[in-house]
Amino acid sequence: MMDFGFTLSKSSTINLDTVDTTLYKKLCDMEPDARICMSCGSCSASCTAASFSGMSLRKVILALQRDQDVRPMLANCMLCGKCTMVCPRAINTRHLILTLYRIYDR
Amino acid sequence: MITQGKQKIWSDYQKEIPDDHWYYVRSCIRQNFFPASEKMFTEITRNVLGKDIYETPHHTTCGGIAYHCDTIPQETVMTIVARQFALMTEAGYENYVPSCITSFGNYCEILETWHEFPELEAKIRENLWKACRREFNKPKYLAHTSDLIYHWRNQIAAKAKYHLVNKETGEPLKIVEHIGCHYAKMFPSKGVGGAEYPYVLAGMIESWGGQVVDYPERRHCCGYGFRQYHVKANRGYSVSNTHKKFESMEPFHPDAIITNCPGCPYFLDRWQYVIAEQTGKTYGKDGYGIPVLTYEELAGIVLGYDPWDLGLQLHQVAVEPLLDKIGMEYDPKAKYLGLNKEDILRPELPKSIKCC
Amino acid sequence: MKENIVIIGGGIAGMEAAKQLLILGYTPIIIEQEDHLGGHVAQWHKLFPDMTSSHELIGNLSDQIKDANVFLETKVNSINALGDSYNVILNNGVNIVAKAILIAAGFHLFDAAKKEEYGYGVYDRVITNADLEAWFNHRADERIPEKPKAVGFVHCVGSRDLKAGNSQCSKVCCTTAIKQAIEIKEIFPETEVYCFYMDLRLFGKKYEDFYINAQRDFGVHFIRGRVSEVGETIDNRVQVKAEDTLTGKPLKVTLDLLVLMSGMVCNPRTSELAGMIGLNIDDDGFLKSKDNVYTIMESNQPGIFYAGACTGTKTVPETVAEARAAVLSIHHYLTQA
Repeated sequence: MMDFGFTLSKSSTINLDTVDTTLYKKLCDMEPDARICMSCGSCSASCTAASFSGMSLRKVILALQRDQDVRPMLANCMLCGKCTMVCPRAINTRHLILTLYRIYDR
Repeated sequence: MITQGKQKIWSDYQKEIPDDHWYYVRSCIRQNFFPASEKMFTEITRNVLGKDIYETPHHTTCGGIAYHCDTIPQETVMTIVARQFALMTEAGYENYVPSCITSFGNYCEILETWHEFPELEAKIRENLWKACRREFNKPKYLAHTSDLIYHWRNQIAAKAKYHLVNKETGEPLKIVEHIGCHYAKMFPSKGVGGAEYPYVLAGMIESWGGQVVDYPERRHCCGYGFRQYHVKANRGYSVSNTHKKFESMEPFHPDAIITNCPGCPYFLDRWQYVIAEQTGKTYGKDGYGIPVLTYEELAGIVLGYDPWDLGLQLHQVAVEPLLDKIGMEYDPKAKYLGLNKEDILRPELPKSIKCC
Repeated sequence: MKENIVIIGGGIAGMEAAKQLLILGYTPIIIEQEDHLGGHVAQWHKLFPDMTSSHELIGNLSDQIKDANVFLETKVNSINALGDSYNVILNNGVNIVAKAILIAAGFHLFDAAKKEEYGYGVYDRVITNADLEAWFNHRADERIPEKPKAVGFVHCVGSRDLKAGNSQCSKVCCTTAIKQAIEIKEIFPETEVYCFYMDLRLFGKKYEDFYINAQRDFGVHFIRGRVSEVGETIDNRVQVKAEDTLTGKPLKVTLDLLVLMSGMVCNPRTSELAGMIGLNIDDDGFLKSKDNVYTIMESNQPGIFYAGACTGTKTVPETVAEARAAVLSIHHYLTQA
């Protein structure tokens, strides 16, 4: 291949036609409350791991719908349960995270 | 696609285009990119249509490229433009027609700015007087050269030797129209057909027998973007935008692309080679690319000018498949003969994209 | 009593006001420019949040105002002050003298074709919220495919859009989009449904529950980002672009149907009416109430009252409540005078 000194850039566009949501659907089957997250961010705001590691449950739930790898974020969760206390939609977030571990373990 | 819906929008965005007496200014770069296009404009308008098209060697750059590269203050650009208007005024014209889309956008923007801020216009008039003792009238009508070819499209069709129709099948050719961003995106009301569904090139295609292709990324910029291409490190980003357009138009199998901007045809044409090298993919039939033409070149083809007099040998993507489809008679051996019929040397042909 | 009260506009506001005026013993006279009563509501299928049938609602109201005088396909030509009354001259030659006039001229649905980038009237698979309601009623619209794989709803079409000339929120579109998204899911359970929103404004009773319902029970996807551009694909579907603002990335999706939530804009007829009797127009083009807190039903002219969306965007329950309030104001005005 000719070296032009530049190459095509990868598009950052999320294409919902081709995005693979198998994991997200599996999560919703096991944890239906995942669907009612409204991305308010209170889980991330109170998260022990957030400020040191980039963990954000809001981002995890969204990223699963966009077919992005969430394991690096999840690995930092300390399972303290503070996010469960603050979630206004009463999602059992701690349980949801454990369910995700289980999905990835399989 | 609901054609009546588009026609409704087209009828909302019509502009008055006087039929004759235009002061014509060329683009800085078009004669290097597609050398016969501007020549064809004067040839067709003067000799085929019998119009009065005046130009002067005193015309300079409008400053648009520097302005869009952020290397020149707007007041300087305005003073340069004021001088162009002074040349027009001195020549006794009031209809101004630039060949460059960025110039057209630049003129629209400056006239609009002066309309909103008359004190700025007064200051520019003073600048011009101090700099070169010139005075000017603002143009009564401003049009882009593609507006004029659009305006005269049916007269050209009446004299057509070839139509945008596949000679073998009788089907209209599928043509992509690509509009330069600065044509109407800044001032939708200044463009024929507006900014979302411009009609300026679509009208030519229809009038000359072709079928317009409307594909999802039609409005997307060709990727040139001045600064983006001029800095080598940014070129990957520039070509990626072109690539996005080709990926989007691919399912429609266009026979050709026509454009009305200096940069767009260059990049839509040349980048097809770079994309072929980098991805191994070509977008025409049998390993060819999709021919990209200026509207003057297309008008020249329709009127039956020799393709090598139209400068089509300077295109990266071979235009021969298009010429063959419409049944144009041409001498393939004359492709690289100069005006004196002597060989002007042949370019090395790439392996990644089929060329003639 | 049998005093004449002229009601301009026979939508839900005018009808409810007529009903209440009849109960109080007045003679309401409805002037309606269309050939039927019920206004926009009559064109709708079901109303949020209880999925009330709009036909039943309009039908019941029609039955209750049988004793009202109704002029259909009629316009007001002029209104002139006549002592403590107004002389209302209709285009059918009829003159009515009344001490009180209720303006209930409603709103206009924003013309979605004005947002050229969305391709309404250009692309085969782009419709409006009103078109979808009509389809729910009649099930006849060539633009709606038999088995759509993916359907999108664009919130705020013509609303919260300074360039379209409308700064106002239309109030009802967020909830309507959710209602229609659920109805689409009920008809086509396999279809992916996307709502493109800037903010979700679910302020009314039960509206937020509607949202949770759409998420939890119907799996409707909510994407926070305004649709910027629509294009047509080779198979006549539509490619939609938006920013997924929660991930900060551009997003695209191909849909079989795109529903534009056309907002409420002022009815240009109201400014004509305002010109006849010197009523104030607000900077959003709607009629200007005395104030927007306590006297929304009152105008700057004695004897002229307002009800419903002629003063701004309103939900149906707000409109009905305002019609009743306006009737009381008229009653007080006439009995105290």
